[in-house]
Amino acid sequence: MNNPAKVTPLVPLNRSAYLNCFTGILTREFLRFVSQRSRFLSSLVRPLLWLIVFAAGFRAALGISIIPPYETYITYEVYIAPGLCCMILLFNGMQSSLSMVYDREMGSMRVLLMSPLPRGYLLLCKMVSTALISLAQVYTFLAIALFVEVDPPLLGYLAVLPALVLVALMLSALGLFMSSWIKQLENFAGVMNFVIFPMFFLSSALYPLWKMREASEWLYWVCSVNPFTHATELVRHALYLKMSWEAFAVVAGTTLVFSVLAIKGFNPQRGVRGTGGKGPN
Amino acid sequence: MRFPNFIRTALPAALMAISASSYGAVAYVSNEKDDTLSVIDLNTMEVTDTIEVGQRPRGITLSRDMTKLYICASDSDTVQIMDLATHRIITELPSGEDPEQFALHPNDRHLYIANEDDALVTVVDTETQDVLAQIDVGVEPEGMAVSHNGKWAVNTSETTNMVHWIDTSTYELVDNTLIDQRPRHVEFNKDDSLLWASSEIGGTVSVIDVQSRQVIKKLTFELPGIHPDKVQPVGVKLTNDGKYAFVALGPANHVAVVDAKTYDVKDYLLVGRRVWHMAFNENESQLYTTNGVSGDISVVDVDKLKVTKSIKVGRYPWGVVVKP
Repeated sequence: MNNPAKVTPLVPLNRSAYLNCFTGILTREFLRFVSQRSRFLSSLVRPLLWLIVFAAGFRAALGISIIPPYETYITYEVYIAPGLCCMILLFNGMQSSLSMVYDREMGSMRVLLMSPLPRGYLLLCKMVSTALISLAQVYTFLAIALFVEVDPPLLGYLAVLPALVLVALMLSALGLFMSSWIKQLENFAGVMNFVIFPMFFLSSALYPLWKMREASEWLYWVCSVNPFTHATELVRHALYLKMSWEAFAVVAGTTLVFSVLAIKGFNPQRGVRGTGGKGPN
Repeated sequence: MRFPNFIRTALPAALMAISASSYGAVAYVSNEKDDTLSVIDLNTMEVTDTIEVGQRPRGITLSRDMTKLYICASDSDTVQIMDLATHRIITELPSGEDPEQFALHPNDRHLYIANEDDALVTVVDTETQDVLAQIDVGVEPEGMAVSHNGKWAVNTSETTNMVHWIDTSTYELVDNTLIDQRPRHVEFNKDDSLLWASSEIGGTVSVIDVQSRQVIKKLTFELPGIHPDKVQPVGVKLTNDGKYAFVALGPANHVAVVDAKTYDVKDYLLVGRRVWHMAFNENESQLYTTNGVSGDISVVDVDKLKVTKSIKVGRYPWGVVVKP
């Protein structure tokens, strides 16, 4: 593979170099996040609209029977809250990948790749930073959701943390994988529409799968193989202090596969305008 | 051969008694469509036994010493008595036709039974099994309650829309109070000063002053997103501390929590479908509701006013009692 961005360090790198790199990337992501207040707001407004407006309309229309992890009847707001947490992570994962395409087009990617650390590590740092920043948004959303009586057990807020991190990593990895195959920013916007919406709607985020099955068997089948369904179920179970090993296995497996594919497939020169994919020299 | 005989007779009975009493607190739920009772261990919140009883069991109540359970087997036209140590029906009382609800007098002997098809209230002595009186009341008698002081027996009639006041010393109907359409359940407060009566079709609960037998307050219920026709109050339960009244709202699938002092509705709790009757546990920390259509009971945490769990029982659970 043609790899002109690879830099061979003159001295062996120690642990602090790795840590410095991670804090650098995390700080950059954080600064980017706080400087874009509208991004924070829009990432919250979107799920809140679903929770407060959409769910209110469907509150009485959809009878939810008792399904794990719930032990009694729940309102529709309670049902969709975990899916909306995942929605925040989904948009963030994709938005962060969008920023990769942007960085590539603007040239700031080259600054990052000047680091002598392995490229896989750099990408991992990027994924973890995105995940950590997404968490703040999810917890803010859950705090607001308390006002519409979405009140899981107190320990659930802690138990859901690892589930949220794993799901955020999965979606970041998916975003990175896609960004490595997308040539230009405009293409990516199209993929967002073709990936985010089908992923979200063809999952258990808005409707339980048994309800899907009532409508159509193939729809149910598509939903049950969608990793986003398992991401939602993992978060749903963790929030109510239960464990879904099936969901965990699918989410962990998907994260691993997409991380490997993203790191392997990452090519910083791809998509730079006018170079035909050969990159600047 | 005395020893083997002893083993053959006394030991199984003793084992049965141990197994029945080792549950700790249990709830008995009558399943109207299955002709069974579900027994729920309230520590594990699991159904531990299902017992076959007479046809269409509806109202159930415990004797004062908690050793016997009275069961209105409506379609068998009888009131059955179950020994709770062995879970066996030990006798059947002459109840009149189609008994639906009843109330046990504080003397632990006299059972006041509403006979839906005959427009009668039948009073039966549970010890001698004699019918002590049959009192004419309105059409389709339904709810029954006896005041804690034993002075009043109160019956509601679904079609006449009245609460009928029966003097327990003379077995005579002494007064009637008109309330909203299709009265269902009646419940005295702790000091017998007030009577709460639900009206299923009217969608209201009337609070009646016992002294004057006049309605002093009428409660209505408005649930966002639920059509008013679906708000059909049935079961009513009052906490002993006088703090709350819980009202089961039938097909609205919610239990209303009412401040029993100010009569304000504090909250609506989502339970299963067609919530019917309710019972507290001994210290009133939990309330159990029977949900007929969804075939389960819901457990309400009374302090937090939250529904914590729903447990599947038989088809169309109707009544529930708790044996501490």
